[in-house]
Amino acid sequence: MRVEQISIFLENKAGRLAEVTAILRDANVNIRALSLADTTDFGILRLIVNDNQTAEEVLRREGFTVGKTNVLAIEVEDVPGGLNNVLDPLTSAGINVEYMYAFANTKGNNAIMIFRFHDLDKAISILKDNSIKVIKGEDVYNL
Amino acid sequence: MPIYNMDFETMPREALESIQLSRLKATLDRVYATVPFYRENFKKAGITPSDIKTLKDLQKIPFTVKQDLRDNYPYGMFAVPMQNVVRIHASSGTTGKPTVVGYTRRDIATWAELMARSLAAGGATSQDIVHNAYGYGLFTGGLGVHYGAEMLGASVIPVSGGNTKRQIIIMKDFKPTILTGTPSYILHLAEVAQEMGVSFEELNFKSGIFGAEPWSEDMRADLEAKLHLKAIDIYGLSEVMGPGVSIECYEAQKGLHIFEDHFIAEIINPETGESLPYGETGELVFTSITKEAFPVIRYRTRDITSLNPEPCVCGRTHVRMQKVSGRTDDMLIIRGVNVFPSQIESVLMKNREIQPHYQLVVDRVDNLDTLTVMVEVGQEFFSDEIKTLQNMEQKLSNDIKEYLGVSAKIKLVEPKTIQRSEGKAVRVIDKRKK
Repeated sequence: MRVEQISIFLENKAGRLAEVTAILRDANVNIRALSLADTTDFGILRLIVNDNQTAEEVLRREGFTVGKTNVLAIEVEDVPGGLNNVLDPLTSAGINVEYMYAFANTKGNNAIMIFRFHDLDKAISILKDNSIKVIKGEDVYNL
Repeated sequence: MPIYNMDFETMPREALESIQLSRLKATLDRVYATVPFYRENFKKAGITPSDIKTLKDLQKIPFTVKQDLRDNYPYGMFAVPMQNVVRIHASSGTTGKPTVVGYTRRDIATWAELMARSLAAGGATSQDIVHNAYGYGLFTGGLGVHYGAEMLGASVIPVSGGNTKRQIIIMKDFKPTILTGTPSYILHLAEVAQEMGVSFEELNFKSGIFGAEPWSEDMRADLEAKLHLKAIDIYGLSEVMGPGVSIECYEAQKGLHIFEDHFIAEIINPETGESLPYGETGELVFTSITKEAFPVIRYRTRDITSLNPEPCVCGRTHVRMQKVSGRTDDMLIIRGVNVFPSQIESVLMKNREIQPHYQLVVDRVDNLDTLTVMVEVGQEFFSDEIKTLQNMEQKLSNDIKEYLGVSAKIKLVEPKTIQRSEGKAVRVIDKRKK
């Protein structure tokens, strides 16, 4: 159920993001989804890629600080209220979304979103109870 | 650990002081006769060497400061003709003209002995292999340790600073047991070793003798944990001799024994120049009493410490100076608060996740001093959540405020952003200075 996400510490400096994408390009790693959270001084780049191990290795070798986190990829119906249907049961169970971002899905009719929760297991069971589809890691890397 | 020179290092205080007095008198007579600067200084104070009858009388003599050495650049302070000088060293001169120091053949032998004593105090014996990562050259570190290790009978690897990857391979293959260098370079070595997949646990070091820049107790804990050795502080400065003026003993690691049969140490109030009693903190002042080529009389080191005369478990009778906490010229005055970089280091190092690489940037914005502490984000405390990193910034900033009473902005930077040094680290960038 879980999807592994890698995160990278970046200082807010011109061209830094392009350096990361160039390193991944040269290592033949494809970016499946990404989000950038930032403050005035630094940012955290979060990535879902098709080959985590290679991505982590090449980025560390180039001196980047790289972390790994488990997140969930959740199918969201592409209709008004689709995202709300996912959030409602979680909210009632008191589960907080740390952050979320969208996934570029060219297949299928539904949207896919990446969610970060502190209590993953609880989130998974609630989603299951509400028949919300959580996509498997290997499927996400190769979508 | 065996004491290298039992007679002198464990000499009863009374006998030691009597030797100090006779050596002091001989030194004063000589500089009065041979160094115009000292003769003038005595005259200005209205005294001659014969007025110095006790060790306490030393306080009648005016101080010598770094600027005096610069004014007499390059050889004006030498007390022997150049034909008797066999070695010259010089300070880096980053803040002005370098200061040049000289050694006679006997000075070199004295220095080698004091370094042999120091290495022995730090746990080295003739069986050991010394990996000497102090820079060789005009800087006194490399050659100072080198001659001492040879005199002790240890095997010395004169690897010097730099070429770090090669140093790691040498450490693996040559199996040195004693590591010497500046703490900032040694940390860099540890970092590179880790990148190369070499753990210090597999290496053979038993102690590391680190000096040439002030380092905190918290840095010691970090060094010892990372390097799997006992970290010993050594002190010295080229103006007084070089490394080997004082050393911590392996047994206590609590204060550095000053080789008092060669140097007289005093602590003064840096503002008034008044002498302070044992135990009080102030500026360290040295008078050399055996040096031939470059004697110094009441030389102000600008290092901040205190002296402790209590007997030590190691058996040495020589007074101990506390680990240097900073230098009077490193002291930053930020909105009226005195701050030493080493104090900030202590606060940072209390957080185990923090890398020991940091830099302080001081600036003046709208007539207000600002202090920014640059801290590298390593794997240990990186998080995918902004708030975790911001909490860490806040915590460090609060800690600094609480311990030091000064507001600091923490700036998280990428690993390796702060320049690694092969000698002494540059800890402070003061943009207020023109």
